Amino acid sequence: MHEMSIALSIVEAVDAKARQEGARKVSGIELLVGKLAGIEAESLKFCFSAAAKGTLAEDAILVIEEPEGTGECGECGTRFPVNFYYAECPGCRSLRITIVSGEEFLIQSMTIEEEGE
Amino acid sequence: MCDTCGCSTEGGAVLRKPGQSDYHVHVNEGDHDHAHAHEEQQSHDHGHHHEGTSRKVVLEQDVLQKNNLLAERNRGYFEARKIFALNFLSSPGSGKTSLLEKIIPALQPRFPVAVIEGDQQTTNDAERIQALGVPVIQINTGSGCHLDALMVNRAVKELELQDNSLLCIENVGNLVCPALFDLGEALKVVIISVTEGDDKPLKYPTMFHEADICILNKIDLLPYVEFDARKCRENAMQVNHHLEWFELSAKTGEGLAALQEWVERKLLQH
Repeated sequence: MHEMSIALSIVEAVDAKARQEGARKVSGIELLVGKLAGIEAESLKFCFSAAAKGTLAEDAILVIEEPEGTGECGECGTRFPVNFYYAECPGCRSLRITIVSGEEFLIQSMTIEEEGE
Repeated sequence: MCDTCGCSTEGGAVLRKPGQSDYHVHVNEGDHDHAHAHEEQQSHDHGHHHEGTSRKVVLEQDVLQKNNLLAERNRGYFEARKIFALNFLSSPGSGKTSLLEKIIPALQPRFPVAVIEGDQQTTNDAERIQALGVPVIQINTGSGCHLDALMVNRAVKELELQDNSLLCIENVGNLVCPALFDLGEALKVVIISVTEGDDKPLKYPTMFHEADICILNKIDLLPYVEFDARKCRENAMQVNHHLEWFELSAKTGEGLAALQEWVERKLLQH
């Protein structure tokens, strides 16, 4: 998969922001990766350690929150949990489902260490 | 390294032109000067708190933001010049290049066409397209498993695109990774062939979910393979009920007219 280039984009974004904030290092990064985002969290963690070598985020702990998918029925409007792109509406059996959440893929925040004074 | 397919951007992509062995452009991040121009506007109160040495910084930033912003720039450029850009996606060997070889000569008399070819190595596909007499550029992604918006941005600068034209971007043969990377195209076209499994849309749902058009290719082989075209279509529609569906054989030409008509109509509307 594409987790290596994704890991590199995360490191790049975090490293740039950390420098801007005057950080000495980044100790933690919180990601929001929806279950339907097409990203393997475990694989991303694996790639991250390699991608972060030699950057401010080298020792950062990656915390990944994985919200479940939610689908909305195009016929009756029912919202229900989904774990895949196709699902049957539990209300009216329709297959016209639109995914309304679970595709999130965000860097939410990071924890930075600053120089002690 | 990516544990599934070895994808890495470390090597960097290279642009090539068929028949010009000395032509060689590296696609480097450093080439584009706006790399740090999109920083989030941070509104946190930066008061002096000396009680600790660590603090939390909120980013709320899309991981693919940089690619997405650049893709939108590409898209704006295409829209302004009325260039209809299609991103062709499939497994290796589903017939992306063969389809282009058939559809381009049919469209060319009425619309200018240009092609961006994506492969890990070689200019083989670009050479096949160049034989049709249309402008083409090859992106070699090296170890990379997908095209990204930066590669397309650079490739477009090397191609002399005309207004009111069709730009076909043939992505790296891969049903997984290219799904996540917006290139700035108007529509994504996913191709599947009858020598694959009819459950492919279920096995690789992200790609079929992202696509706008699905083309079932090699239908001339249907009598010889265990492939249920109706079942395949059902599977694809389950994953994405907005999919526009075509069945054709790039080899025999069967079903090509419908696709050609559809592309022409889109080109005029665009």
